[in-house]
Amino acid sequence: MIRCKTSKEIGGMGHSVKRKEDARFIQGKGHYVDDIHLPGMLHMDIVRSPYAYAKIKSINAEEALKIPGVLAVVTGKDLEKYNLHWMPTLMSDTQMVLPTDTVMYQAQEVAAVIATDRYAARDGKEAVIVEYEPMKPVIDPHKSLDPGAPVLRTDKPGKNDNHIWHWEVGDKTATEKIFAEADVVVKEQMHIPRIHVASIETCGCVADYDKVNNHLTMYMTTQAPHAIRTVIALVAGHVGLTEEKIRVVSPDIGGGFGGKVPVYPGYVIAIAVSFLVGKPVKWVEDRSENLQADSFARDYHITAEMAGTKDGKILATRFKILADHGYTDASANPSKFPTGLFSIGTGSYDYGAAFMEADAVYTNKPPGGVAYRCSFRVTEAVHAIERITDRFAFEIGKDPAQLRMENFIKKEDFPWKSPTGWTYDSGDYHAGLLKAMEVVGYEELRKEQAEKRERGELMGIGISTFTEIVGAGPSRDFDILGIKMFDSAEIRVHPTGKAIARFGTKSQGQGHETTYAQIIAEELGIPAEHIQVEEGDTDTAPYGLGTYASRSTPTAGAAAAVAARKLRDKARKIAAYLLEVSEEDLEWEPGKFFVKGAPEKAKTIQEIVFAAYTNHPLGMEAGFEATHYYDPPNLTFPSGAYICVVDIDKETGEIKVRRFVAIDDCGNIINPMIVQGQVHGGLTQGLAPAMYEQLIYDEDGNILNGTFMDYLVPTAVESPNWETGHTVTPSPHHPIGAKGVGESPTVGAPPAIANAIVDALSHLGVTHIDIPITPFKVWKILKEKGVAQ
Amino acid sequence: MIPAPFDYAAPNTLAEAFALLEQHGDDAKILAGGHSLIPMMKLRFASPAFLVDINNIPGLSYIREEDGYLRIGAMAREADLDHSELIRSRYPIFTDASKLIADPQVRNMGTIGGNIAHGDAANDHPAVMLAMRAEVVISSAEGQRTVPIDEFFYGFYMTAVQQNEILTEIRIPIPPAGTGNAYHKLERKVGDYATAGVAVQITVDGKGFCTYAGIGLTNVNPTPMRAARSEEALLGQKMTEEAIAEAARLAAEDCNPSDDLRGDEEYKRAMVGVLTRRMIHKALERARR
Ligand SMILES: Cc1cc2nc3c(=O)[nH]c(=O)nc-3n(C[C@H](O)[C@H](O)[C@H](O)COP(=O)(O)OP(=O)(O)OC[C@H]3O[C@@H](n4cnc5c(N)ncnc54)[C@H](O)[C@@H]3O)c2cc1C
Repeated sequence: MIRCKTSKEIGGMGHSVKRKEDARFIQGKGHYVDDIHLPGMLHMDIVRSPYAYAKIKSINAEEALKIPGVLAVVTGKDLEKYNLHWMPTLMSDTQMVLPTDTVMYQAQEVAAVIATDRYAARDGKEAVIVEYEPMKPVIDPHKSLDPGAPVLRTDKPGKNDNHIWHWEVGDKTATEKIFAEADVVVKEQMHIPRIHVASIETCGCVADYDKVNNHLTMYMTTQAPHAIRTVIALVAGHVGLTEEKIRVVSPDIGGGFGGKVPVYPGYVIAIAVSFLVGKPVKWVEDRSENLQADSFARDYHITAEMAGTKDGKILATRFKILADHGYTDASANPSKFPTGLFSIGTGSYDYGAAFMEADAVYTNKPPGGVAYRCSFRVTEAVHAIERITDRFAFEIGKDPAQLRMENFIKKEDFPWKSPTGWTYDSGDYHAGLLKAMEVVGYEELRKEQAEKRERGELMGIGISTFTEIVGAGPSRDFDILGIKMFDSAEIRVHPTGKAIARFGTKSQGQGHETTYAQIIAEELGIPAEHIQVEEGDTDTAPYGLGTYASRSTPTAGAAAAVAARKLRDKARKIAAYLLEVSEEDLEWEPGKFFVKGAPEKAKTIQEIVFAAYTNHPLGMEAGFEATHYYDPPNLTFPSGAYICVVDIDKETGEIKVRRFVAIDDCGNIINPMIVQGQVHGGLTQGLAPAMYEQLIYDEDGNILNGTFMDYLVPTAVESPNWETGHTVTPSPHHPIGAKGVGESPTVGAPPAIANAIVDALSHLGVTHIDIPITPFKVWKILKEKGVAQ
Repeated sequence: MIPAPFDYAAPNTLAEAFALLEQHGDDAKILAGGHSLIPMMKLRFASPAFLVDINNIPGLSYIREEDGYLRIGAMAREADLDHSELIRSRYPIFTDASKLIADPQVRNMGTIGGNIAHGDAANDHPAVMLAMRAEVVISSAEGQRTVPIDEFFYGFYMTAVQQNEILTEIRIPIPPAGTGNAYHKLERKVGDYATAGVAVQITVDGKGFCTYAGIGLTNVNPTPMRAARSEEALLGQKMTEEAIAEAARLAAEDCNPSDDLRGDEEYKRAMVGVLTRRMIHKALERARR
């Protein structure tokens, strides 16, 4: 049970306060980029390449320009005049805004059509004739480093292969020694498929450049408005758009999941056109464009190995990654972390040695990969460790739950130093798994499975006990393009005791308007209902790096608590003045200060705030406002224990997820209902790559499932009944002991499901199946094993 | 949706609709529920210059038994099938099928006429109609004609309905006592077209011999397909496990699936076999009730 310090009226931490934002969302009153209509606004559509790799021989706009309403067709050559045809990626690689001579992936932007309405723009796009000379593309990342492979990035002087970078971490020598001497070594090749965030709202913007005032207002679908403002200033400063002349507004966002962190060419083209013509330009992608061209996620080919003893002690792990980035590294990782936080992949287990390395390569596919609800590459890491742990258990014939129990880092060993250099803040992994096993009825299920096997029926149980790493991050290590990854909160309490609070983050559905208000309510005793939360407008909100990687609560949430505590200190001073006692004689209870031993002598926070404007002590600054920029001392390490039960139809290969128990530990909980909602959504997005989603390309680089007809996003119908629960292990270093939860389920669910399916087939000798595991894939295995006809 | 430019009319009578079709010739397309046509227009796979919306024409949405037939008006929606007591109690095969057609939004709009007139082997109703040996009533300014379902599907998106015609009714002979029917398709997720689908209608006499067998297959042939040899193998037979297995084997052998993301040919053939067997069993179970 969660104990609340505040009353229901105040609605601080632990209360399932209904989401403030939902009133407008469920009544259709949300205000998204595509809802913005400005006088004289022009519309843009984008001509895209049908080829994965081709020279552009010519672009003929003649027919397009004859269509009524079509005003212009913009090409890379046009942008080149302003040196705007290339832009930097967040990983300091480079990406074309529009090509001048070569296209590098199917659906790449080739030209932009500007028209007076959306329909004319699309008609114009159809009428632009582009002549291409197709070339043999590099699609398979395993072949991209072959000696004969065409070098894709000929734009980079001296580049003579498709290698982007090499990364490694851990003690190679020690690890190799353990592997060489170990009783048991297991190894699997796994592919974490290329997937897409596929948020309900696609990407788009309205670029509104005011020529008279030399001022740009950029309404856009971004998770990080402040960072984007800085990026625009860096890219366009040379044409006079300096940072004070730029306002980025991120209105309501219909899902981001990491896909709305990057800067896409469409945004830049819209800005360039608006800048040149002095009119607002709207660009909103359609669904297919979003799916085919915007940054993908994942796409790691991993060789995972584990060494251990016959009786089940894990000794070391070794992971080797081949990362397919498409034609440019457009990941959205902190600068110093090319593989994101993959190095969390030693998992929840206590062992001394690990070595991980990665090589990233270019291919003729869309650029990426974004951090899709995974902190940064944590999904890949967790899949590798949780699958290989199961593989190890299978090898030595030990129950996978038992093996985990025996190898978990113990509660008393935190803070715990991992072999790859992290300091895990806190955790109680045994408690989590025990609880999950109890809820699911683990022992009974194993018995049932044994009986079913006797009868030839296929049933599997899969476990995932993961450790997440979120809340990037401490400024000594974490930055994006040099900007440190702190985040901010600014609280202004009005004379009547109501407040507005602004943040550097940006909700895309996470419920910030509610949870931030609850944090402030907890600290100040002002009812959450009276606190209005605002984000997304760079003119008003304090600077911050935005919302992704489950960082909002760990960073901006912490900033809110600290800023509120500054105000509480001020409140104490005012209360002492009003009650004519010394500060030490006062005691706080949510919502008021009272005199120790004389509780009837009290001042409510509302009275105190009023006094701050009407009767403040001499020498004290008037008003009731505070700002805080929170630089976290460490990341937070949420964890979870998930158990999945599947039944497989041995004739058709169909997989039914019968049960899914998710016990999460995200530290102290701000709003249990919102946490549960986050977990439900995250689990469904974990089910997605486990059984449904993957972007598939043929050998010519054509995408084979570029629409929702074939890119299978699971819905409520596919989702099992998620059984959620939690354990609470507060973060010792976070002001309110919270850890962040948005991504845990997406990270933890895929291996639980994969492990369950492999478990159902393990008696047939199956040790691994790459996700997504489809009925077709399962049937093929069953056929090969002589089970299916 | 951002389709190519088009014009639109919504006539109130069939006569007006026929006149519009006459006037616009090949440029015109009929708009029923729009849930096949509009997606194609959105992707610009289809760009008809003129849409004749037939939703305002009254009297085309009935579902009733009359003169020995179950008669379904072309504009009856999937949701109408779902909610019809007659269908639920006497023709469960339709409930099986409509439940598997996309989601409630699509079912609220999509019409049975449109589902068949679209001429897509991936749609589910064609196989059901084949299993039940339906007849299709096609109307034009000149009058009405009736086409047996076996002569209705010409090819990919092509049917017996001509440019100046409107499909107005589907007729299904009311099956005798001892009949059961069932439909199932394998789909990758809700709203997906079938990996393979099988519709079965069986009639057995008092002694357990098969007097009618109708088997239709979804999405495993360029056009909706009757599993003719499977039907023959059952007719006059006692419905033994062997006879059913043989019918299933023949269906798997006779279909012509192609490889795609749903699975390869081998998988789809195997699924036709499995589903044929399962649906015959289910139909028999229902026949016994
Ligand atoms: C997401 C989604 C999933 C779907 N999944 C399935 C599925 O699993 N199974 C399935 O069977 N269907 C599926 N459908 C298709 C849906 O059932 C359509 O509604 C149906 O195929 C067509 O019916 P309609 O009334 O919408 O026809 P429309 O789209 O209006 O018309 C389709 C075609 O038939 C012609 N037409 C329509 N009515 C007549 C008529 N009376 N006379 C002559 N010509 C006519 C039109 O001119 C057009 O060429 C899906 C659709 C969507 C959008």
